[in-house]
Amino acid sequence: MGKYYLNYLDELEAESIYILREVWAQFRNPVILFSGGKDSIVVTRLAQKAFYPLKVPFPLLHVDTGHNFPATIAFRDNLSKGLNTQLIVASVQESIDQGRVLEEKGKNATRNSLQITTLLDVIEEKRIDCAIGGGRRDEEKSRAKERIFSHRDIFGQWDPKNQRPELWHLYNGGYQEGEHFRSFPISNWTELDIWNYIKREKIEIPSLYFAHKREVLWRNDSWIPFSSFLEIDKGEEVVSKKVRFRTLGDITITGGIESECDDINKIIQEVAAMRNTERGNRSDDKRSETAMEDRKKQGYF
Amino acid sequence: MIETNQLFRFTTAGSVDDGKSTLIGRLLYDSKSIFEDQLQAVERTSSKKGFNGIDLALFTDGLKDEREQGITIDVAYRYFTTPKRKFIIADTPGHIQYTRNMVTGASTANAALILVDARHGVVEQTKRHSFIASLLNIPHIIVCINKMDLVDFDEKVYEELCVQFKEFSSKLLVQDIRFIPISALLGDNVVQRSDNMNWYQGAPLLHTLETMYIGSDTNRVDARFPIQNVLRPQTDKFMEYRGYTGKIESGVFRKGDEIVVMPSGLTSKIKSIDVFEEELDVAIAPMSVALTLEDDIDVGRGDMIVRSNNTPEAVKDIVVMLCWLGNTPLNLKTRFNLQHTSNKQLAVIKEIIYKINIDTLERVEGNQDLKMNDIAKVKISIARPIMVDTYRKNRNTGSIILVDGKSNETVAAGMIT
Repeated sequence: MGKYYLNYLDELEAESIYILREVWAQFRNPVILFSGGKDSIVVTRLAQKAFYPLKVPFPLLHVDTGHNFPATIAFRDNLSKGLNTQLIVASVQESIDQGRVLEEKGKNATRNSLQITTLLDVIEEKRIDCAIGGGRRDEEKSRAKERIFSHRDIFGQWDPKNQRPELWHLYNGGYQEGEHFRSFPISNWTELDIWNYIKREKIEIPSLYFAHKREVLWRNDSWIPFSSFLEIDKGEEVVSKKVRFRTLGDITITGGIESECDDINKIIQEVAAMRNTERGNRSDDKRSETAMEDRKKQGYF
Repeated sequence: MIETNQLFRFTTAGSVDDGKSTLIGRLLYDSKSIFEDQLQAVERTSSKKGFNGIDLALFTDGLKDEREQGITIDVAYRYFTTPKRKFIIADTPGHIQYTRNMVTGASTANAALILVDARHGVVEQTKRHSFIASLLNIPHIIVCINKMDLVDFDEKVYEELCVQFKEFSSKLLVQDIRFIPISALLGDNVVQRSDNMNWYQGAPLLHTLETMYIGSDTNRVDARFPIQNVLRPQTDKFMEYRGYTGKIESGVFRKGDEIVVMPSGLTSKIKSIDVFEEELDVAIAPMSVALTLEDDIDVGRGDMIVRSNNTPEAVKDIVVMLCWLGNTPLNLKTRFNLQHTSNKQLAVIKEIIYKINIDTLERVEGNQDLKMNDIAKVKISIARPIMVDTYRKNRNTGSIILVDGKSNETVAAGMIT
């Protein structure tokens, strides 16, 4: 090595690896919240690097809304098999069947906020003391204030006005029985950093991120993929469009964008020139100005 | 571009109406880091509030209460990238009761932007923030004399304020102070050079941030490697493997280096420096690596690997400048968990040597209480030795936090003297 500084991607990677190693040292039973989206894939990759030649010492936890892109599920199963890690699936459908939550009704119904109960239930049941998430501070305004080690009370709630100060890189993971932590190793990454890293590390991602011809319909200002979960209104029309997804969530609310980007270099160029935030196509965040903050306070990712 | 693009962290401070949020909004807006949907949301809210044009400050206000009250109540992090650098802004609140947030934001910063309202000059808040910046040893301070538009872009006003600030700051230990006359509201000297202040010969703010030399912000001399975990895979392929993970906090390690493990004093040599499947010959701060050693010695989390010819001090008694962050005042009988690098030990505060009156910067002696936002020099006793450097020399091995043993709250942050 000739130079005596790190470029920013190396520095971000080093910071994230450090955080993951702190999680492993400070908690008894941490898991990675794995959605099959690019951020949780990058977190999993970083964990692989942090502990090599050990296998990833955290199970992957998928909170399954039941409304999935089939490709995401296949990807998830393959990845956990390849890494030889435990996969925990917590099902929102089961929470509904057990009467833990009430399904929303109507055309704009989503299972998004139902995930909170399912997640908190599995955290309690499996005695998970730290859930590692792929949340990034650049994603959304309330996330900009999130700590790297973020405390949750016994109700799983986040108290944004009473967070522990976090100085230097000394992370305080102390908790009392029944409380837990969320940890966000890629807090300081932006969407573009994620893509540049995926490219550099040649990380495999679901094909949904690349533009393909897909069956979609226009709703809430974006292209919603056609699936059997959708109630189609009069006047709505399923069409075939070349689209890709910037984020992957619940299939019923994740909007695609029209794009010609069928490889990673094109995606990076497109993201760099992008004039809208990635969550702009998620109707869960468009419900109100403070939709994310309100959900986070209750225990959302 | 990625190969040479460096990370630059800065923090912003100012009193409530100095226009700090407006400045950050301006930086993001003019460097084209604001997205259309964010812009539209801000435009809607601005017009609802009766604002003429867009209220740039809205870009940085995150939580519901802040948006309602129009103040910043917690540290918020913002990101933007230019072809030269990736920036992380820790946007911290200015008012007095949130000093602890400013300390938090300042702890990792390369630079602090201090805003001074051109009409009001150096006020108590400015002094307080500058003091904290020097206390946390932020390598660079950029004083932005803001609202120049409200003093007719007058060079004389600017010069007088620079003199005022320098007089006061001569009492502080700061390596590098620069001054820039700006108008955050109108954009003068933020990203674009101002046409209204041709008398100003220096660079605009963004250019300054992009080109400031930060190579010496990291300690390159003292090799320090606190151990986070021990990796023992015990698989067929890695039966004998024993790797010590950690982040190089400062300095350089090379394969073959003679090392000492502190506090035990056991010696060995570096057998390999591993990053995932790769082996390196040299590793520098702040890389995260795994080290393997030639000898099988008893080493674990909290120990520190250093080079034989340059060791930190192993001490059980330390004197620190402490900033009290907790909601409840100090009880001198409390046992704390002291965190220093990857080391966690029981500790008590033995004595408050003096407190600092943050407005006058004078020492106040004979006072044995500490409440939120107080800054004091204290003596701490620790159950087992920790391996320290002074904070001035090494921010990473010279800093500690105190965690209340009962509530688990982080109640204090300290800089070792």
